[in-house]
Amino acid sequence: MPPAPLIAYVNVGKHFAGRGDERVVAVDDVSLDVAEGEFLAIVGGSGSGKTTLLRLANRLIETDSGTIKVEGEDVRALDPVQLRRRIGYVFQSGALFPHISVAGNIGITPKLLGWPAAEIAARVDELLYLVQLDRERHRDRLPQELSGGQRQRVGVARALAAKPRIVLMDEPFGALDPLTRDTLGDDYRALHRKLGLTTVMITHDMTEALLLADRVAVMRTGKLLALGTPAELTRSRDAYVAELLQTPRRQAERLNELLPRGAT
Amino acid sequence: MSLMSDPRWGEALTHLPDYLGNHVRVSVTALALGLAVSLPLAIAARKAPVLRGVLLGIASIVQTVPGLALLALFYPLLLALASVTLAWFGFGFSAFGFLPAVLALALYSMLPVLRNTITGLHGVDPELLEAAQGVGMTPRQSLFTVELPLALPVIMAGIRTSAVWVIGTATLSTPIGQTSLGNYIFAGLQTQNWVFVLFGCIAAAVLALAVDQLLALIENGLRNRNSLRASLGGIGIAALILATLVPTMARGPSSYVVGAKTFTEQYVLSALIAERLRGAGLTASSREGLGSSVIFDALAADDIDVYIDYSGTLWLNQFHRSDMLPREQLLAELKTLLAKQNITLFGELGFENAYALVMPRQRAEALGIHSIADLASHAATMSIAGDYEFFSRPEWASLRKAYGLTFRAQRTMQPDFMYAAVASGEVDAIAGYTSDGLIAKYDLVVLDDPRHAIPPYDAIMLLSPKRAGDQTLQAALKPLLGKIDIADMRAANLRASGNDATSSPDAVARWLWDNVAKK
Repeated sequence: MPPAPLIAYVNVGKHFAGRGDERVVAVDDVSLDVAEGEFLAIVGGSGSGKTTLLRLANRLIETDSGTIKVEGEDVRALDPVQLRRRIGYVFQSGALFPHISVAGNIGITPKLLGWPAAEIAARVDELLYLVQLDRERHRDRLPQELSGGQRQRVGVARALAAKPRIVLMDEPFGALDPLTRDTLGDDYRALHRKLGLTTVMITHDMTEALLLADRVAVMRTGKLLALGTPAELTRSRDAYVAELLQTPRRQAERLNELLPRGAT
Repeated sequence: MSLMSDPRWGEALTHLPDYLGNHVRVSVTALALGLAVSLPLAIAARKAPVLRGVLLGIASIVQTVPGLALLALFYPLLLALASVTLAWFGFGFSAFGFLPAVLALALYSMLPVLRNTITGLHGVDPELLEAAQGVGMTPRQSLFTVELPLALPVIMAGIRTSAVWVIGTATLSTPIGQTSLGNYIFAGLQTQNWVFVLFGCIAAAVLALAVDQLLALIENGLRNRNSLRASLGGIGIAALILATLVPTMARGPSSYVVGAKTFTEQYVLSALIAERLRGAGLTASSREGLGSSVIFDALAADDIDVYIDYSGTLWLNQFHRSDMLPREQLLAELKTLLAKQNITLFGELGFENAYALVMPRQRAEALGIHSIADLASHAATMSIAGDYEFFSRPEWASLRKAYGLTFRAQRTMQPDFMYAAVASGEVDAIAGYTSDGLIAKYDLVVLDDPRHAIPPYDAIMLLSPKRAGDQTLQAALKPLLGKIDIADMRAANLRASGNDATSSPDAVARWLWDNVAKK
């Protein structure tokens, strides 16, 4: 029997009130397991329901139907504030608090949990090292003094501060330039493995999903269309999934032609 | 004499600790109360659009009420409330001065704080609110660690605006019995003492600027997490409050309070009474510039101890009597009416300040006019001028009825200009005030009223209920009774309407006492 999944969605549904009597279905009967240590990417266009699905897990948004279990517990039975403190969350553009220093931003969840100050300070230093920021140069800066990539490193450090087992990431590298994005992705992937994290990352970029994740989930209009390893995805007969896979495939072939191995 | 060497600057300065201290206390208390109410309200309203609309609507309406009217409205409101609590719970409170001023000013201070706090909190990036929730903050933690700090500059701008408003508007609390820097302005306007007006304006402006800058320092310190600057600002404000508390605390608490209405004669008489009390070794302070209805209620409620009123005014306005009695009878009747409210009619000063028909002496003699009855036969070819309310007052109706007066034309005028107008022949007669100094200055004559159409306006000294049996007070003030005749009062009023150092109410009061003491 495989180990119990760390996050389990069972027949989860969520809709929002639209204009007038209209109901907008954001998540439509989704069932999905995320195993311990897994890196899952959820891919979809805007309005596909991927962000809503992610936020249901730490109750930033409440479900209408179905159940979600985190570490075996139904999230509705948990205090949402306590739940959020034990799940790391990386926001789209960092969403660092602009009036609080880098160290203060990173240490915020431990502080909310009531850790002693010395312990928080040590943890902040450790995290600065982990996300490869210079302690002396960055620790006491305000967020606006950092570059976009550095800010998102702080965002990752903040999510990891209270030693969560689960990290949820909402298009964490979307706003960065391609080079920074690539490095940061790889660096995070390394941290994920090193710290034994379970990560759910949202992206609209299939290439990024394929390169970073163990499994990829594809969503469209609230429905889960496909779920599997990159290899499994190629066997999907869904037209939309095939269309999504076309871009990375074409890019890979083209790059192979342009940059043949051993030609350097 | 140059403006700067005018001795009235020095005189103004001697009042500064008292006026400034009271001004700071009433403003700071009002501001603190306003903040304590409007900040939580604004925070509660940040996620409730309906409450937000209602609050901002109410605050805007309050703002459209003129400051003076708002302050004036609170006085009768609190007076009624005080009588209710006295009847139901057995305790009352003073509805005079501090309390109505603080409440009205606090209400006045709310709009900028409400609006800026709501706007500031509303302007916080929604992504940061989600982030605050996402890292595990409770709504309260989100409010205090994220939302309020980010909205702080906007909120502080609102607090600073409201501080400046309150300090400015507090000058208007003088007429409801709260001493403030407005005392300079009201007294100065009434007695044409422009040095006082200027001094009051400058003092209020400097105070507002100082408080604004100290608040800016606190804001700057909070924003840049510079605790030195923040605490410097805080210490500055605390020092300001303390510095203004000390001199007034040092003064004796059990002093007699002398009231004065809003015109020159009243300033002179209250200065005279205060001077007599001090002469008898008592301490005395003045509450000047009080409205006619405020001053009577304040005396009845023991908030002031003594003031001068006029028999006809009380008869018509306070007791709403329309029957005209001869002078002695009216005074006796008034004494009984006042006694029902435990107010002592201590006695008459010896002069009347009544409405009267006034003409140039030479012209009156030439035409053989001595009384209003004589005037009536010439009236059809004559014009008359009166102040803004005279022609709609009961006295005018009564005059016309008693003497069958019909003038060719009637005009309303600013009181100060009437006397010059009649002296120059621009109008033939005016409805003036018998004790006005200008009557002597322009050599005018007051026409007799043999049919007693105008009620007597004897200046009478009233004592509050708690001073009814106060022998020391009564012994100190007794020498004034019956000693000030109409010539004395006119001369005093004429002096006080001047614009030099000898025209301050205190100086005129001393001159008047010298005259009276000789008798």
